[in-house]
Amino acid sequence: MLEFVVRRVLYSIVTLFILSATIFLVVRFTGDPVALMAEASARPEDLDRIRQQWGLDRSWPVQYLTFMQNAFKGELGKSFNYRLPVSELYFQRLPNSLTLGLVATLISLLIGVPAGIISAVKVNSWWDNVAKGVALLGLSIPGFWLGLVLILVFSVWLRWLPTSGAGDWRHVVMPALALGWYFAASMLRLTRSSMLEVLGSEYIKLARLKGLPDVVVIAMHAFKNALIPVFTLAGVNMVVMVNAAVIIEVIFAWPGIGRLLYEGIFQRDFPLVQGVVIMAGFMIVAINLVVDILYAFIDPRIRLTR
Amino acid sequence: MNVGGPDMAPHTPQRSSRPGEAAARLGPVLEVSDLQTHFFSFGGSRVVKAVDRVSFTLHEGETLGLVGESGSGKTTTCLSIVGLLPRAARIVGGSVVFEGEDLTRKSQRELRRIRGRRIAVILQDPMVSLNPLFTIFRQVAEPAFFHQHLRGRSLRERVQHLLRVVRIPSPEWRMREYPHQMSGGMRQRIVGAIALAGGPSLVIADEPTTNLDVTIQAQYLDLLKDIQRETGVALIFVTHNLGIVAKMCDKVAVMYAGKLIERAPVRELFDDPKHPYTRALLGAVPKLGSKEPLYSIAGQPPNLANLPAGCSFHPRCPEALPRCVSEEPGDFHLGDGSVARCWLVEGKNEAGAHRGRARS
Repeated sequence: MLEFVVRRVLYSIVTLFILSATIFLVVRFTGDPVALMAEASARPEDLDRIRQQWGLDRSWPVQYLTFMQNAFKGELGKSFNYRLPVSELYFQRLPNSLTLGLVATLISLLIGVPAGIISAVKVNSWWDNVAKGVALLGLSIPGFWLGLVLILVFSVWLRWLPTSGAGDWRHVVMPALALGWYFAASMLRLTRSSMLEVLGSEYIKLARLKGLPDVVVIAMHAFKNALIPVFTLAGVNMVVMVNAAVIIEVIFAWPGIGRLLYEGIFQRDFPLVQGVVIMAGFMIVAINLVVDILYAFIDPRIRLTR
Repeated sequence: MNVGGPDMAPHTPQRSSRPGEAAARLGPVLEVSDLQTHFFSFGGSRVVKAVDRVSFTLHEGETLGLVGESGSGKTTTCLSIVGLLPRAARIVGGSVVFEGEDLTRKSQRELRRIRGRRIAVILQDPMVSLNPLFTIFRQVAEPAFFHQHLRGRSLRERVQHLLRVVRIPSPEWRMREYPHQMSGGMRQRIVGAIALAGGPSLVIADEPTTNLDVTIQAQYLDLLKDIQRETGVALIFVTHNLGIVAKMCDKVAVMYAGKLIERAPVRELFDDPKHPYTRALLGAVPKLGSKEPLYSIAGQPPNLANLPAGCSFHPRCPEALPRCVSEEPGDFHLGDGSVARCWLVEGKNEAGAHRGRARS
């Protein structure tokens, strides 16, 4: 078990290194940030001064090493645009994103998992067909479109919910629904297929042959086995929703990490983009680690085979 | 080895307390008559007769070998008995009388109380028939938990006892393990323990040794025999291994294309097979030291959705008569206790007046 955890942690560190190098290079391909930082009338000497001030005159390897050195100390640099430490900006926005991601995850789980189970248990019934249709819609309707429709219906026509911004629970409902919608559909499909596979297995047949009540067969024997892939997806989905809800956050003017990233990209704010992406990567790696370890608790086979 | 040991006597349902006890003692444990199970596909427009008018009887302590090629309806016959058929399949005729009760007339609720308690099934592949996420204890305990309502210490003792019966060493700690920690042979013994957990009077073993290696096979068969001797349980043994049939069974039923084409006491079947298909099957058993090429039955088993007219075996039958092509034979009861569904035996020492039905 300990070896398993150590191995996973090492993998995670390697992954983060690769991610940091990649994002470092990619932002630098977007163009020169100095042009956006200086005033329109700035002379070449002024630009050079700004460059020197932010350390952009040094070679890329040196810049990368400095960036990594600071990152290890927990500093992600200073935003070009806000002139504030990136970590400060990030942690200001994080609670909002966590709220949105958590609510959206709950919505996707509460819709996707039960619907997927019923679909699998009553396979090819009318319910299953309806669920399959809804899942298809869920996967094909883009979140931004759904977001706009929600605003139109609930804010403009019905005037039940505010169009945008953050505040009380009413502000969360629409963005979370628009964000969780797609994931609910993918959760439904995964739960359904995973349940179907398990329900067709021999050990479920044996469980039925033992004369166990259907509830026990489905809720205990089948569900526990079907849960494993669903669990992974839910974990990864949540991190994606927290960190990459860019479009939804922009539509609903939700002050989260997604919008921070959006602004950073438009301003060529290298430290900001790097910082947000690294933090997202860190969170994804961490949640995967947690899911892997939780796996080991669900599935005894993983516990022993490293 | 004491399956109904005194330590668990109060919890084990005694045969005498069961409904239909008188019938069970006097009559057969299981009497399947004219059982017909069909698969319906494309909204019922296509019908596959997976089990077509199958009849046999089984008494306490007896073992019936159910043999036939893959797809001949052996497994569907077994699943029909316990009422656990795939969605597309339905029993459309006949009866399954178990200890005096017709199971085909029972609801799933009633069947659930019979499955795992009075009729147990051992599945083919022990590597996949145990739930990977539950301990051995939990899986063996379930029938006793749900049917006999055992809890706590008595449940634990019951499980340990069952594991001891199937010769699992040190059951106290083995029962805390998971299936993946055990070998195939051990897992199949666990499945055996699960089958015995409810104290059944009928065990259906669906090719229980096909996926075990040969030495383990022999051990497992001996174990089943011993358990049967102790408990008097009736056994249906599904297999396509005729060697196992000779070793294990009192009588044999041979299936071909969903039909039971011959049933006979095991001696009679091996000494004097009546149906040409049975003869062909016996001829196809490899013999040690034989230099001759192995005999195989010409042609392919028929497609159940599109059976030939007349006797289903006639296209492959070396002895087919003209009438076999158009008329389906019925059961002919012969003097030595065998029953064959073949025109060739018509009139030969026929015991009963069962005549074949003419079919176009």
